[in-house]
Amino acid sequence: MAMLSFEKKYRVRGGTLVAGDLFDFWLGPFYVGFFGVTTIFFAFLGTTMILWGASQGPTWNLWQISIAPPNLSYGLRFAPLMEGGLWQLITICALGAFVSWALREVEICRKLGMGYHVPAAFSMAILAYFTLQIVRPLLMGAWGHAFPYGIYSHLDWVSNVGYQYLHFHYNPAHMLAVSFFFATTFALSLHGALILSATNPGKGQVVKTPEHEDTFFRDTIGYSIGTLGIHRLGVFLAMAAVAFSALCIVISGPFWSRGWPEWWGWWLNLPIWSQWP
Amino acid sequence: MADYYNLFTTVQAKGPVHHGVELGPGNSPRFGHPAIFWLLGKIGNAQLGPIYLGGFGVLSLVCGMLAFNIIGLNMLASVNWDPVQFVRQLFWLALEPPPPEYGLSMPPLNQGGWFLIVGLLLSISVLAWWVRMYRRAIALGMGTHVAWAFAAALWLFFVLGLFRPVLMGSWGEAVPYGIFPHLDWTAALSIRYGNLFYNPFHALSIVFLYGSVLLFAMHGATILAVTRYGGEREIEQIVDRGTASERAGLFWRWTMGFNATMESIHRWAWWFAVLCPLTGGIGILLTGTVVDNWYLWAIKHGVAPPYPNVFPPVVDPALTLGVK
Repeated sequence: MAMLSFEKKYRVRGGTLVAGDLFDFWLGPFYVGFFGVTTIFFAFLGTTMILWGASQGPTWNLWQISIAPPNLSYGLRFAPLMEGGLWQLITICALGAFVSWALREVEICRKLGMGYHVPAAFSMAILAYFTLQIVRPLLMGAWGHAFPYGIYSHLDWVSNVGYQYLHFHYNPAHMLAVSFFFATTFALSLHGALILSATNPGKGQVVKTPEHEDTFFRDTIGYSIGTLGIHRLGVFLAMAAVAFSALCIVISGPFWSRGWPEWWGWWLNLPIWSQWP
Repeated sequence: MADYYNLFTTVQAKGPVHHGVELGPGNSPRFGHPAIFWLLGKIGNAQLGPIYLGGFGVLSLVCGMLAFNIIGLNMLASVNWDPVQFVRQLFWLALEPPPPEYGLSMPPLNQGGWFLIVGLLLSISVLAWWVRMYRRAIALGMGTHVAWAFAAALWLFFVLGLFRPVLMGSWGEAVPYGIFPHLDWTAALSIRYGNLFYNPFHALSIVFLYGSVLLFAMHGATILAVTRYGGEREIEQIVDRGTASERAGLFWRWTMGFNATMESIHRWAWWFAVLCPLTGGIGILLTGTVVDNWYLWAIKHGVAPPYPNVFPPVVDPALTLGVK
């Protein structure tokens, strides 16, 4: 029944947020719960609409299928299905599915006696999606400012919006976001490698201890954050990367409508420069 | 449900500092007296130091410092040695590579000569640092996974500054040293070669970059959520599975139908992080050497649709100005 050897004793009732025992069961390895039902509902509906939209589009080429948001002329109104209305419904379904998924994670956390760290971290990703597709279009006054659903079409959107602000790399929040993305990946490589190097020391050697891990990083860079700290750091770096990503796009348009290189003029024009010799 | 989230260490135990696992013969003594910092202890270990220097460490630091200072002095020279303008324009300043007409020859110092010297110093620095990471792991009887992960980053570093410039026949292809200038280089490279978004290896690299961030969020959060069961003691959990691992695994099994183990999640982590610069380096190496326009490449291979010609056709200036 798709159960791990130790799984049975963990499959207890309770911990649900809503609907009591009604959906408190498993399907194969998956926990269902009320939010499992809503996840399936939104995910199925949204995926079906994407497929239907693709069937009405010009291509079945996987890279080129795209469901675009309404034209800017529709502003914040509902658009006819084939002119962006589908995109609007899919967006509602996506948000419904993401939030359902997060709440289902909360129920699973409660069942297993775990903290809510995973759904909390996931919420940051949902927030970034919400910012891109809802908050920024609302502030800009048209759904047409959101990105289309398609593999290469969404890359075109990123490229085009970037060049609307001349050179997006100069966006200070984008700089921080990219730095956090790189830092997270760097830290992940170090953490993964350290654990593997302690537990896979080579033929004939015994598995090492956290004291060896700490010593390795103290020897090489003078500081070891430790077994607990690295996971705090990882979650912080990852959430910061996503948070600054959301920030960097929501300020582009609503709060700064010119080229980002120009933004740095405030620094060059600080009064202190002329006061010094 | 206990409100035990373990985001910060609330009670810091104070004991004797740890001087590090005993090193075998042939190693230098460690450097510095360990110090305790309360603020560091809020998130991780409170102890700072000691550090192992050793020959390769010193070599790496000296070369790195020299390179850093040469870059800084060149920037300072570019604002006529005015310290105020140095601070004011710091983000805009650069040590630029030689102009293309020098090809792969050694230009005068102020025409990119310093740039090449910095490149050599940085190369020595990072290679010595790689040897150091390898040797420190061996000295402690550990695997060399950190060194090999670092080698993936070195691959991207050497593609950008050595392999691609050599294949293109000009040091001028290398990345300038400077905050805004290296961003300008990135944007210019993308535009010159038909938008790097259409480069499939660039796409893969970003997938692994975002994937790594997703993995660390998932892994870090999962471990923090089971620290009340001792989940952060990962080595112990790997060799002798406890309830922390079981709950962490079941969380993902019940959520998405699949779970890693306490050991395998670190293999996922290592590969995702390593594949990011590995695929990125391949993408850069092919750009300009094998593929001249990623957009046209994508159209040719059915990846991108041919967009409607809303503007009259433009002749590629590279074909008219006599550029090779």
